[in-house]
Amino acid sequence: MTLQTATGSRLVKIFPILLILPAVALVTFLVIFPLIWALGLSFYSYNVIRGEAPVFVGVENYYRLLNSLEVWRRFVLTGQFVFYVVSIEFLIGFGLALLFYNQFRGRRLAITLVTTPLLVAPVAVGIFHRYLFDATFGVYSYFAQLITGQSVKILSQHPMFAIVFMDVWQWSPFMMLFILAGLEAIPRHMLESSEIDRLSIFNKFRYVIWPTIRPLVALALLFRTMDAFRTFDTIFTLTGGGPGTATEVLSIQIYRIAFQFFRTGEATALAFIFLVIIVLLTNIYLRLARRE
Amino acid sequence: MANHRNNRRGRHKVVKTVLIYLFTIIAVIFFIFPIYWLVATSLKTRAQAFSTPPLFVWEPTFRNFIDIFLKRQTEIEAITGQELELATGAETFFYNSFVVTFSSIIIATVIGVFAAYSFSRYKPAGTNTLMFFILSTRMLPAIVVAIPIYFFYRSLGLYNTYIGLILLYTMFNLPFAVWMMKSFFDEVPRDIEQAALVDGSNPVKVFYKIALPQVLVGLGATIGFLIINVWNEFLFALLLTERATRTVPVMIAGTRGEVGINWGLIAAIETLYILPALVLIFVLQRFLLRGMTFGTVRGAK
Repeated sequence: MTLQTATGSRLVKIFPILLILPAVALVTFLVIFPLIWALGLSFYSYNVIRGEAPVFVGVENYYRLLNSLEVWRRFVLTGQFVFYVVSIEFLIGFGLALLFYNQFRGRRLAITLVTTPLLVAPVAVGIFHRYLFDATFGVYSYFAQLITGQSVKILSQHPMFAIVFMDVWQWSPFMMLFILAGLEAIPRHMLESSEIDRLSIFNKFRYVIWPTIRPLVALALLFRTMDAFRTFDTIFTLTGGGPGTATEVLSIQIYRIAFQFFRTGEATALAFIFLVIIVLLTNIYLRLARRE
Repeated sequence: MANHRNNRRGRHKVVKTVLIYLFTIIAVIFFIFPIYWLVATSLKTRAQAFSTPPLFVWEPTFRNFIDIFLKRQTEIEAITGQELELATGAETFFYNSFVVTFSSIIIATVIGVFAAYSFSRYKPAGTNTLMFFILSTRMLPAIVVAIPIYFFYRSLGLYNTYIGLILLYTMFNLPFAVWMMKSFFDEVPRDIEQAALVDGSNPVKVFYKIALPQVLVGLGATIGFLIINVWNEFLFALLLTERATRTVPVMIAGTRGEVGINWGLIAAIETLYILPALVLIFVLQRFLLRGMTFGTVRGAK
């Protein structure tokens, strides 16, 4: 239902449009316009440093990128990172949600404390994990040494572990919030009748819990997958994509091509490939979620 | 027999409670520890921060918090013999962050609330398309728009200016402001506004006298999340600023490559930097899920 007015004055008619105008104008100016420009540039060979005029090369940038073993390696690396973090965060988030589904004293405070990482600046997280993981002074390295009995150089020996660990630390509470909201939406009487019917835990989960939380779980997975794909700040500040290219996910690779090697045309082409992947993923996800 | 069963049930309950608290404590320690360690390190001297094994008990010092503002870089360089350009004079960067955050939030909130109100109440033609369009800008990986914007800013003279950064942050947070505020407007019954309009009241007055006061809590929550979003933004600040307009995250990230950096100083800057987030997590707790999903998931109370 929309608001109806008695007077047909002109102000009433244009008022809603006037309200929207600034927002639409700003988004168009700073998103659509640059995107079109970048799409155009992706068909050119252009290097800022050389200062030459861009040369039209058609789809060559795309062709070269998609035939490059290096680029495919980054796709796989990014995919691995996303798969690891999303699945681990889902499991931890689920566990935490089950834990906080119980009512106990201090529950609210515990939830607040556990969700603290969500709002902490990614840059602060990345830089500080450098210290935590530092081979000599790092407290995490110290713990690792206590457990394994030998000195572990986490950042140079297991860089993938480090970035996954950091992401899991920051984003597991996000999954927990979704799943907890889902659990709390289960009608109490359904849980009670499942107790009376003496459903096994498995069946209780399958017939009572899962149907209610499924839409929220799907949404949580969607959000996390998209964000994990775009992760930049934390990895950039923790490892910078290194050592070598061991943790150079797509967004960092694009950054390097664009702002360290200044191969601008190529970088925009890769950025668009990246964009297409994300749009495809979103659509697949949304379709799956809708079909459910 | 019955007594026995009651006992067992009682014992079962005790075990359950103990387990709940045990896991809760483990979880809280896991998620709080890095933040605790950050704050702890900010209270350590350089030598203490570099101790192996790490120090768990020490005498706290507030030296670092004074040093990051007062000590000039030359002084530090003389002590350490290293170039530590970024570890001091933090007030410039905090000032820059503050200016950029404050300004862009005001603009984004005003424009966003306008649009949200119109979308929620008048539903002009194309509302769904526009709302989706606005949301889709959030899905965009920042790096994709970063390249063209970098060149635009260079050629338009917006590079290394407050205006440029403020404009950008306004745009980036607009989708959030619109969606979040729309979710709050949608929750308020519109009968009073309807009645006022039928009586011939001015729609502008209806907006700020009737509708706006009803969503003040939501407005506060929205602003809270906007503060965090802008305050934490890194990539664009990195690309579009130089020393004069550099914000705190860029300065913190700039310490990455340095060898032998004083972790106490860095930790002190980071502690101050994440302080707003630590405060806001308590204030915004009720709206956390909603805030992280653009108002699309309301969540439990």
